[in-house]
Amino acid sequence: MYTKKVMDHFSNPRNMGEIENASGIGTVGNAKCGDIMRMYLDIDENDVIQDVKFKTFGCGAAVATSSVATELVKGKTVQEAIKVTNKAVVEALDGLPPVKVHCSLLAEEAIHAALWDYAEKKGIKIEGLKKPKSDIHDHHDHEVEEIY
Amino acid sequence: MEKKIYLDNAATTRTRPEVVEAMLPYFSELYGNPSSVYEFAAQNKKALDEGRTTIANAIGAESAEIYFTASGTEADNWALKATVEAYEAKGKHIITSKIEHHAILHTCEYLQKKGYEVTYVDVDEYGIVKLDQLKKAIRPTTVLISIMFANNEIGTIQPIKEIGAIAKAHNILFHTDAVQAFGQVDINVDELGIDMLSASAHKLGGPKGIGFLYIRKGIRIRSLIHGGAQERGRRAGTENVPFAVGFKKAVEIALATMKDRTNREKELRDYLIKRVLAEIPYTRLNGHRTNRLPNNANFSFQFIEGESLLIMLDMNNICASSGSACTSGSLDPSHVLLSIGLPHEIAHGSLRISLSHENTLEEIDYTVDKVKEIVEKLRNMSPLYDDFVRKR
Repeated sequence: MYTKKVMDHFSNPRNMGEIENASGIGTVGNAKCGDIMRMYLDIDENDVIQDVKFKTFGCGAAVATSSVATELVKGKTVQEAIKVTNKAVVEALDGLPPVKVHCSLLAEEAIHAALWDYAEKKGIKIEGLKKPKSDIHDHHDHEVEEIY
Repeated sequence: MEKKIYLDNAATTRTRPEVVEAMLPYFSELYGNPSSVYEFAAQNKKALDEGRTTIANAIGAESAEIYFTASGTEADNWALKATVEAYEAKGKHIITSKIEHHAILHTCEYLQKKGYEVTYVDVDEYGIVKLDQLKKAIRPTTVLISIMFANNEIGTIQPIKEIGAIAKAHNILFHTDAVQAFGQVDINVDELGIDMLSASAHKLGGPKGIGFLYIRKGIRIRSLIHGGAQERGRRAGTENVPFAVGFKKAVEIALATMKDRTNREKELRDYLIKRVLAEIPYTRLNGHRTNRLPNNANFSFQFIEGESLLIMLDMNNICASSGSACTSGSLDPSHVLLSIGLPHEIAHGSLRISLSHENTLEEIDYTVDKVKEIVEKLRNMSPLYDDFVRKR
């Protein structure tokens, strides 16, 4: 069901943990749907993401997308980080099963939420960053086609 | 552990070697069609009849009341659709429970779209059907009550005898999905007041691809498949003789071993439950503590998600299952766990372990050690656990 990359990131998650006094923290998803991601960013005065950590409650794909997303933004500038899309997350994992693609959206959203928190704390505006949705599940469809 | 530990016997069981052996001649040597007139085919007819009789005896029925199907699901579909159609003149109301298998629930949804009315009765925190609610749901137009014998996820055994009596008192047909219970607990259709019963061979060491529907004599029910005289004209199509022979063998073994086997499984199950609850904090047992299938244990581990747990168990060669949304392919976790009152996030973190006669104490010990280790690992990753610890 999962690619080798997904299994690798799931069994050896990168950057799992938390950052004390993080520059920005973002939490997305909800327990009702079975996945919550929390991203911690440590951003320096040049707007470079020096460190990133995550904690995730969720399935194998939720853990793997969080893990790979941290790799994708680490060392990047804030402007580069907001351009990391869920598509990049999926590609970095060599693909996800269709029912798990929402996990990659969640990962993208978690990064954005952490950046939003950083911007709010610092009292700045990050160009191109929209206020993250609190519930990522609002805008995608889990309906299974009914066949009678 | 190098060896695979199979703890998902509610999903399916290993076909017993004696069953495979019994079936084999009916593929390559005794391949005749039971409907043919010549002597060669008579052996097939005999084998089929014997299979039917063995199964009938196992539930205290007559062989003419046993109809072979291709699965328990088919038997459930048939029982519901064909009964309501046959009794339409009386009414179009069905009563079932919220924790039935999807073979029942989805069939009921289909029937609702066709204009039938269905009442889904609640269960209590242990998963036992609320009998007072069931009684209140009865209408003059109720034609069928369908309540499962034992639940496939949490193992809770229903008060079948009481339900049978209620159905009889109101002159309503009573069907039970006994797919998980058949071969695990004693069943006598007369003593329990069962009018129809579904079961499947592969849950008790038989082959996949065969089940049966018991239909009490005198019940009007529409034919499922037209086109021949097989199964008394109610389910046409050349009979699957090898599978019927395998089913017979599986039932014989299941009955002969039932007492010792289930006692041993109960011991292992109770040991497993005791260790898990004692050694893993923030864990609950789902289903009734004692009134449950001998081989079933179902736990919820707070702050973690079931699919992650299953994958990590799989990495350790342990096969089990979960009621998490991710394993069901939908957004919601198990309808059974929600029906017994678990909040969504706790329902997501469930683990079902279902034993067989092959499991050992050593396997259980190894499994508990691994579950403990994995739950701890996943909790360390979980923001829910973080929040919980901070609030404490």
